[in-house]
Amino acid sequence: MASRAKNGIVKYFKDNIGIIIALIAMCVFMVVYPKTRTTFMTPKNLFNILRQNASNMFLATGMTMVIILGGIELSVGSVIALSGCVAAGSVVYFHLPIVVGFILAVLVGALVGVFNGFVICKTDIPPFIVTLASMNIAKGIALVITGGAPIRCMEPLFKWPGAGYIGPFPVPAVLMIIIFIIAVFMVNKTQLGRHIYAVGGNAQAAKFSGINVEKVKFIVYTYTGIMAGIAGVIIASRLYSGQPTAGDGAEMDAIAAVVVGGTSMSGGSGTLGGTLIGVLIIGILNNGLNLMGVDSNWQYIVKGLVILLAVYVDWIRNKKAGR
Amino acid sequence: MSEKYLLEMKGISKSFPGVKALQNVNLQLKAGEVHALLGENGAGKSTLIKVLGGIYHAEEGEIFIDDQKVEINDVVAARQAGVSIVHQELVLVPYMTVAENIFLGREPGTKMNVDRVKMSRDAQELLDAYDMNINADTLVEKLTIAQQQMVEIVKAISFNSKILVMDEPTSSISDKEVGFLFETMRTLTAKGVGIIYISHKMSELEEICDRVTVMRDGQTVGTRVVKETNKDALIALMVGRELTNYYTRDFLEPGEVVLKCEHISDGKMAQDASFELRKGEIVGFAGLVGAGRSETMKAVFGLAEHMTGDVYVKGKKVKIKSPVDALKYGIALVPESRKEEGLYKVQSVKFNSTIEVLGEFIRHLHVDNRKEEEITQKYIDMMATKTPSQEQVIGNLSGGNQQKVMIGRWLATNPEILILDEPTRGVDVGAKAEIYSIMNDLVKEGMSIIMISSELPEIINMSDRVYVMNEGRVTGCLNHEEAEQEAIMQLAAK
Repeated sequence: MASRAKNGIVKYFKDNIGIIIALIAMCVFMVVYPKTRTTFMTPKNLFNILRQNASNMFLATGMTMVIILGGIELSVGSVIALSGCVAAGSVVYFHLPIVVGFILAVLVGALVGVFNGFVICKTDIPPFIVTLASMNIAKGIALVITGGAPIRCMEPLFKWPGAGYIGPFPVPAVLMIIIFIIAVFMVNKTQLGRHIYAVGGNAQAAKFSGINVEKVKFIVYTYTGIMAGIAGVIIASRLYSGQPTAGDGAEMDAIAAVVVGGTSMSGGSGTLGGTLIGVLIIGILNNGLNLMGVDSNWQYIVKGLVILLAVYVDWIRNKKAGR
Repeated sequence: MSEKYLLEMKGISKSFPGVKALQNVNLQLKAGEVHALLGENGAGKSTLIKVLGGIYHAEEGEIFIDDQKVEINDVVAARQAGVSIVHQELVLVPYMTVAENIFLGREPGTKMNVDRVKMSRDAQELLDAYDMNINADTLVEKLTIAQQQMVEIVKAISFNSKILVMDEPTSSISDKEVGFLFETMRTLTAKGVGIIYISHKMSELEEICDRVTVMRDGQTVGTRVVKETNKDALIALMVGRELTNYYTRDFLEPGEVVLKCEHISDGKMAQDASFELRKGEIVGFAGLVGAGRSETMKAVFGLAEHMTGDVYVKGKKVKIKSPVDALKYGIALVPESRKEEGLYKVQSVKFNSTIEVLGEFIRHLHVDNRKEEEITQKYIDMMATKTPSQEQVIGNLSGGNQQKVMIGRWLATNPEILILDEPTRGVDVGAKAEIYSIMNDLVKEGMSIIMISSELPEIINMSDRVYVMNEGRVTGCLNHEEAEQEAIMQLAAK
């Protein structure tokens, strides 16, 4: 058993060697570079990175499954805005208990996921179009119910999921680890996980295999909606407010993390382990560029180039391996 | 030899990391002949063709065309040297017309303004020259597979090629269309074109080929004149040993009826088909392509949207609404089209072997890896699948080995009734013989097998009984003794 576990770890490093080197290289650079030498490798900053990227991790776990399925999910960014506003709105306008507000927010995320899953399963409309539509609808609802203005909520409990601590650890970082482990179990330790790979690899064959293709898709899109709902709560909590513009472009960061993590856009292959590194790379990149004082407009350009480079290196490796 | 050759490949060697794919291979093609290239999957035929087509570069060896030494370094050079290849997988653009496909990348007229009238006219001339009843302005997606193949051939010829390579052109077309294809080939050879023809079907060799070169393990093991050799001798050359029993079959007395299907329809291709299957029996389903055999079986297996008719398993009426139900009643179906309906191409042999039986080793958030490997190994051994490891990506295996994994996958469900749809399509002779032998073992152990096949020899030699279908109906049932080619073909057209 021990050797099997060891083999698993060796395989993990071997499969992801390119991005692991990239991640280490980035960290080494931060530690050596004069401007970030003192600021990067501090517990405060490292916790900060985890806190800021927890929401991307939630989205990316769902996005990994969606992309393995051969689909795509664009609505998660808007769901962050919508669920955050629902959480704050329930508390501020309807005076519901904060916990109820959080639950409603996650349910709203689940609802969008159910909607996406239902339409994708029952029609032939491509996931790109379905989620493009729900992205706009969710965003629109968030703007309509808030009138475009943030809903502030300063209650201590409201701030806890996004800004609180459990011992020395930020709550989002702890949640992120829990959610990641749950997702790893879902994908690697259940029949559903195998079915996701099967449907993404060859939906027609999956049908012959007696796999309920629609059910698998439905579950994955619903799960992703729930993850986006949780991410919305975390972000609203961190910002002390539900903001209709929160989560703008979050779907793109999630897709970037998944793709940098080696999951193929054509479906059927990919790992959550790769996505974890992908999330960290995107997170450290954002953090590092901030610490270095790079102009935020330039940050987009750098990020784009890094994504391209990471995927290019991966492509070269696969080509060499003859895959 | 003093004979003049159109093409000579001498001492070609090519290796890939860890594999010597071609070793000192020699091939000589005469003008106006159809030269078969025969060999099991993995024998090096495709690699040799890719060297000739400029896709691979050989490390050693020389190529002569009309006694001139040529360097073929890329696809364009191959074309200029007069070599065209019709690949096994069609590479036409479905949403373009036939003419657009033929002249893709070299459209007449200027860059900004394609002369569509001339393009269409030229294409039609080409098509007519080979008596092809195809309109140049038809969209390719509206053509049958065979017609698309014809278009590929015309496209290849339109480069004024002297040498035409055809890689398994008949693997997915009907007998009638094969006849037409052969006509076209004869027209070409009469004009002096040399054709290299790759096929697994022995019967075609005698019909169309003049000479045959056999490859095994990356080497050429002999060239024969087709008229002076026979099937057994060629198979022996291919597999390197005598295959005494190509078809293994002990005909035993079958037991009670295990599956009875009445009036099976799917509202489309299957129209009121009735048949039964006994324990320990192999029942063949013959018929032309499009006779509704696969559709009937899919309906029985729970894959048709609007299925009507009654299914009785061991005398008990059952409702099968999905493959899950079918598996519950001990029915398994190995689908016709490996690539589209069977393989998870980017996944491992292990993943592909165990996808039906996940419940046996995944439980309570725990994967029993050892059990998973045991199951995989069991069917690798049983089917004698050749794979470097269980982790091997299945897309990298040969067609025969992929098929063995597919059959193994469904055997893992312990079915009592096994439906095999074209079990030996795209499978080399060695593996075919092994699959027949395994089928024989399975029925001896009490399994019952339905085999849909378009290869009459295997239907005739393997089946206890043969149902023949046409237009979705069963037109007749023949015993093993009655099942002969003519009798079957008569029923198939009824």
